[in-house]
Amino acid sequence: MTRRARGVLLGISLAVLALPSASCGSDDETGGGTTTLTVYAAASLTSTFEEIGRRFEAEHDGVQVKFSFGGSSDLVAQIQNGAPADVFASADTANMDKLVAAGLDGGDPQDFATNVLEIAVPPGNPADVHSFQDLAGPDVKVVVCAPEVPCGAATSQVAQRAGVTVHPVSEEQSVTDVLGKVTSGEADAGVVYVTDVLAAGDSVDGIEFPESAEVVNTYPIAPVEGTDDPDLAREFIELVLGDAGQHILQDAGFGQP
Amino acid sequence: MIPRWLYAPAAVGAAFVLLPLVAIAARVEWTDLFDLVTSQASKDALWLSLRTSAIATLLCLLFGTPMAVVLARTSFPGQGVVRSLVLLPLVLPPVVGGIALLYTFGRRGLLGHELDVLGLQVAFSTTAVVLAQTFVAMPFLVVSIEGALRTAGQRYEVAAASLGARPTTVFRRVTLPLVLPGLVSGAVLAFARSLGEFGATITFAGSLQGVTRTLPLEIYQLRETDVDAAVALSLVLVVVAVLVIGLARQGRSAA
Repeated sequence: MTRRARGVLLGISLAVLALPSASCGSDDETGGGTTTLTVYAAASLTSTFEEIGRRFEAEHDGVQVKFSFGGSSDLVAQIQNGAPADVFASADTANMDKLVAAGLDGGDPQDFATNVLEIAVPPGNPADVHSFQDLAGPDVKVVVCAPEVPCGAATSQVAQRAGVTVHPVSEEQSVTDVLGKVTSGEADAGVVYVTDVLAAGDSVDGIEFPESAEVVNTYPIAPVEGTDDPDLAREFIELVLGDAGQHILQDAGFGQP
Repeated sequence: MIPRWLYAPAAVGAAFVLLPLVAIAARVEWTDLFDLVTSQASKDALWLSLRTSAIATLLCLLFGTPMAVVLARTSFPGQGVVRSLVLLPLVLPPVVGGIALLYTFGRRGLLGHELDVLGLQVAFSTTAVVLAQTFVAMPFLVVSIEGALRTAGQRYEVAAASLGARPTTVFRRVTLPLVLPGLVSGAVLAFARSLGEFGATITFAGSLQGVTRTLPLEIYQLRETDVDAAVALSLVLVVVAVLVIGLARQGRSAA
């Protein structure tokens, strides 16, 4: 390769590398001196955290809250790989522990909500499911989360304590996938969280079962180490833990830790 | 002779495609590789993937070949539209394909009631995996064979027919052998696409070890708990893909 060609190659490589950072830079400036707070939160928090975010923006002039919602373990992996998160809200303690173990917590994690499992069935309950024991029925198509993800781990714990062996037709990757199989009527029942049933509205019916109280999922929140604005991150967490945030969460079906 | 400056962007493009593959190879725990890819779950997933992809490829050949012939050798009103629609799965996000299949073959889908009457339950079965793969892979085969048919032209077919061969004989003895290389590379591509199918499968078929959890789904799942195993299995898929491309090239150059 000639020296000139090498120069061109280097130039293009640099241009390609510079592209994303350049666009991010201009993004921050468009608001005219606004500050952005980036919150990484578990997918089950989507609607509640968006509402809390709007409230936070209303209370803080020139602050914009951006969310990245996803599976908690995916989010931790992204933060470990350098994702620009200021706050992390996990759907379980195990994934928050991963963040702490990686030394990426910018303050002690605090529990802000709890969630319990519930059975979701299509409207009208075609398979006549009324208890967790009914899920073991031979003709009931049950969909659960895979044991590797938090909701699936909770499901197998409940099954163990209830002494029920469930033979699911599918082990899904997330609560949303389980819910999708139920709302479409493909599955007769799915094990999801109380908050998912509530959020799904009329498209599913919820069936509570007493064993769920024994396996309570706790949601912790923490600032992320290296955030540009630790004070703002702390204030957001205070809003979540405070009356206003707790009210929004409880309206959506979350319990108080 | 090409302009020399083309090399630079070409090199960037090549690096962009190849570097991630190198990164996977660099990340693999080579010492544990064998153990990681031979767990029961991995073997189940690999075997399921190979089995379903083979059946899907067969279905593509069975229905895609006639479709390509009809598209290449006849003309009817609205043919252009039909061709575009048949190729739709090529550009459609697979998850959309999955949703579409769900509302076609699912319990409450368009054909759900009829299938139920026949005692066929597609949802959450290996059949659903094959359907999803066939849906996304079909266009690859059709495009490949239709292209081969158009390139080959109709001279030999016309000659055979003028010598008294019946249409079926012409199709079997002239048309098919003529487009065999296109057929082989189309089938190989369809197989590869089936092997990599993820979005439509997870939306439509679900995920259960040995039944519907194909290799890509297994990788997606392992990523939660065992990153090393996920990377090792990814490497397996990369190797299979490289082999497949090699085969397809061989098929083409043999023509």
